[in-house]
Amino acid sequence: MFKCKTSAEVGGMGHSVKRKEDARFLHGKGNYVDDVKLPGQLTMVMVRSPYAYAKIKSINKEKALAIPGVLAVITGEDLAQYNLHWMPTLLSDTQMVLPTDTVMHQSQEVCAVIATDRYIAVDGAEAVEVDYEPMQAIVDPFKALDSDAPLLRPDKEGQEDNQIYHWERGDRAKTDEVIANADVVVKERIYLPRIHVASIETCGCVASYDKDTQKLLVYLTTQAPHAIRTVVALVAGHVGLSEEKIRIISPDIGGGFGGKVPVYPAYVVAIAATFLIGKPVKWIEDRSENLVNGFARDYHMDCELAATKEGKIQAFKVSTLADHGYTDSSANPSKYPTGMFSICTGSYDYEHAFAELDAVYTNKAPGGVAYRCSFRVTEAVHAIERMVDKLAAKIEKDPALLRLENFIKKEQFPYDSPLGWSYDSGDYEATLKKAMDMIGYDNYKQEQAEKRAQGKLMGIGICTFTEVVGAGPSKDFDILGIAMFDSAEIRVHPTGKALARFGTKSQGQGHETTYAQILAEELGIPYTDIEIDEGDTDTAPYGLGTYASRSTPTAGAAAAIAARKLKDKGKKIAAYLLEVSEEDIEWEVGKYFVKGAPEKSKTIQDVAFAAYTNIPPGMEPGFEATHYYDPPNLTFPNGAYICVVEVEQETGAIDVKRFVAIDDCGNIINPMIVEGQVHGGLTQGIAPAMYEGIEYDDEGNVLNGTLMDYLVPTAVESPHWETGHTITPSPHHPLGAKGVAESPTVGAPPAIANAIIDALAPLGIKHLDIPITPAKVWEAIQAHK
Amino acid sequence: MAKHTITMTINGESVSAEVDSRLLLVHFIRENLDLTGTHIGCDTSNCGACTILLDGKSIKSCTYLAVRADGAAITTIEGLAAEGTNHPLQQAFHDQHGLHCGFCTPGMILRSVDLLKNNPNPTEEEIRWGISGNLCRCTGYNNIVKSVQQAAKEMQNQSESV
Repeated sequence: MFKCKTSAEVGGMGHSVKRKEDARFLHGKGNYVDDVKLPGQLTMVMVRSPYAYAKIKSINKEKALAIPGVLAVITGEDLAQYNLHWMPTLLSDTQMVLPTDTVMHQSQEVCAVIATDRYIAVDGAEAVEVDYEPMQAIVDPFKALDSDAPLLRPDKEGQEDNQIYHWERGDRAKTDEVIANADVVVKERIYLPRIHVASIETCGCVASYDKDTQKLLVYLTTQAPHAIRTVVALVAGHVGLSEEKIRIISPDIGGGFGGKVPVYPAYVVAIAATFLIGKPVKWIEDRSENLVNGFARDYHMDCELAATKEGKIQAFKVSTLADHGYTDSSANPSKYPTGMFSICTGSYDYEHAFAELDAVYTNKAPGGVAYRCSFRVTEAVHAIERMVDKLAAKIEKDPALLRLENFIKKEQFPYDSPLGWSYDSGDYEATLKKAMDMIGYDNYKQEQAEKRAQGKLMGIGICTFTEVVGAGPSKDFDILGIAMFDSAEIRVHPTGKALARFGTKSQGQGHETTYAQILAEELGIPYTDIEIDEGDTDTAPYGLGTYASRSTPTAGAAAAIAARKLKDKGKKIAAYLLEVSEEDIEWEVGKYFVKGAPEKSKTIQDVAFAAYTNIPPGMEPGFEATHYYDPPNLTFPNGAYICVVEVEQETGAIDVKRFVAIDDCGNIINPMIVEGQVHGGLTQGIAPAMYEGIEYDDEGNVLNGTLMDYLVPTAVESPHWETGHTITPSPHHPLGAKGVAESPTVGAPPAIANAIIDALAPLGIKHLDIPITPAKVWEAIQAHK
Repeated sequence: MAKHTITMTINGESVSAEVDSRLLLVHFIRENLDLTGTHIGCDTSNCGACTILLDGKSIKSCTYLAVRADGAAITTIEGLAAEGTNHPLQQAFHDQHGLHCGFCTPGMILRSVDLLKNNPNPTEEEIRWGISGNLCRCTGYNNIVKSVQQAAKEMQNQSESV
């Protein structure tokens, strides 16, 4: 295990120090976007479409404008005068800011009402008269590809059907051949439903344009403020919004989970509104607007796994249909339209794989956000982990044993996966064995056999996943062409206290503590003496933001390397102060000393003071360093999760009895925060596994667009989580860290699904798609009676 | 829109205001009084981010008209403890890492104040049911449960030593 190098007071890596950011949240002093109140601020409310697909025949603003306090109604026609009615998506598709003639999904923004307060704005929105001509919506993505399906995007040049793109990776012919000749092949169509991040804070902004200075200030719920600034400059540069005049401030964020990466149309409308009106404009999404717009997952995956009769995995093939809604607004790196889906070969050693995907348009909301996973890793892991369990069931082998026999061995790292990733490190066998020991796997197998003999339904489910996180490297990964590096800038003040700024943005992950601990580890300055600042594009160094578990792999590495630059400069200063040559200086946490004479030393604080007061001749004054870190590879966190459930045969009720999660995220910076991240991710894993899924009727109406019927787990549904770790440091990360927050969201759903399906196996039930609700279980039981 | 003059005590201070009939209490607290620690996370009273104490009972201020609170004594997160100090629940949430993004935290804490008032020594299951009207998307609830347990113990110790 990791051994701390620093004292508890310094609080470097490995110390569970309490979070520095807590006080303001505990006392109601957090500063979220909706808490921002600028002088003269107006409120914007969106009018949204009741139809999934309709022509807009007319929009009548007059009754709305007659209401005292309603100042403006902005339509697509108004924006079209400035060529702002369409915007590019991050994946080079196009999305309406406001429509001029057609709405493409239910709840799409139709126009915006600007008023002096929210109540009046809502009155105004209700008074706007929109005349629609409804059309037959395409809801089923499989029907979108029918030859007689209406063309949903005739606006796109060369678009002849509803397919957005075809993507493939691997050797189709060889994989097909291995599958055709294999002893055993298991097949399944696995659906990962549309879900929503449902952070408790919705999205919103306060946009403020000053006509005198021509500066635009936007407080925004964004995980990537710098990238957003560049996007705004690209989208609105032609009306005079130049990048140096744009300041994005991402203040405290009430949960992000990927849902606060995209640019939502209302942000652009609010910016246009303040630009036109000259007063600050606030827009805060309500919960239904939040749940119905934007989504994650929605992959239909046809999977085939081939093996020998003994259970040696030989090949995996997956063909996916992806429902993107009316535009592909996935927030993915541009060369990776399906994200990191090709991690789908999993934690197992075999040679042949093929993955392909067809993305289609439907009359649903766009989104494709990377919901607490590094771009489609959740889908990939669910596919392989369900299929491995199906194989175990088919050949009647213990699923733990099957996994142990097929794992990539620890001596095989770095491991080149069949679909092109280079896994950095891991010890999958040790991790699974630790989970089995912790839960008491053999005892549960025995208990299960006894319960089955009594006709009771008990299941044990395993997931042994490999994630791929922390994008760059920048040669492969970019967002709209912007390379995916990240940054840290450290200023050590004369008194030895420090301020460090980052290109990322915490949304609850605890960056103000974790980053301070990284710097404490490297510099020996107590973490309590280091202020961390993120989210203001006028002050922070440029970075791509926080998502895809990339903060520690990229900005955390940048912090370590910037600190090492400072340490190198400090060494020269220490040599000058101690009147020895630089080669005679050694470092131990927080202190330079003369080799062989440890009593002759200077602390990092002494050196910082000298950098401003007693500068060695010829040296540049000051004690500051900046680093932009471009990772050489991604990191590959992994884990073994085991879940035990009991199912009530008469009602279909599911009781999660135990859940053990062993994670290997490399070296750990703050164990308390890491455990907290795992707890939270696990609850966001049980959510889609058992409760959540956005449902549509045949007309494209969303059936569960509120928290009354979109079931976010409460403390009652959330099991008591048990966690643990193995540690194989990342060999290429300066701190040996890998990133952790997304592993549990990725690993929990298949563990839970495998457990429930295992419980139902004696009845002949072989697969259920998530969410596996009591109703779904009950129906399956009735169908198998 | 009819206007009504209302008077109430907020965090120990008397406030009077003329408000519209339809003004929600949460907006009165946030917009009129600038106490932004009370949050809005939904519009169906499911999430509990807007939980406050009204005459000592936890209520969801997003579905409560400001006029209905006329004459009431209200405590928001800003008034739970004296400036610069922590209520045992605030301290426990810090000690047990019971918060991540902090958005649900004020409501979760004020709900827990009411829970512990009525059940000073709750079991884990009673805590889980007791806070089930408050959603948290970050923590997975384990550490919130531990926070409430720590505070319960601390508050019992305090009351015994009085």
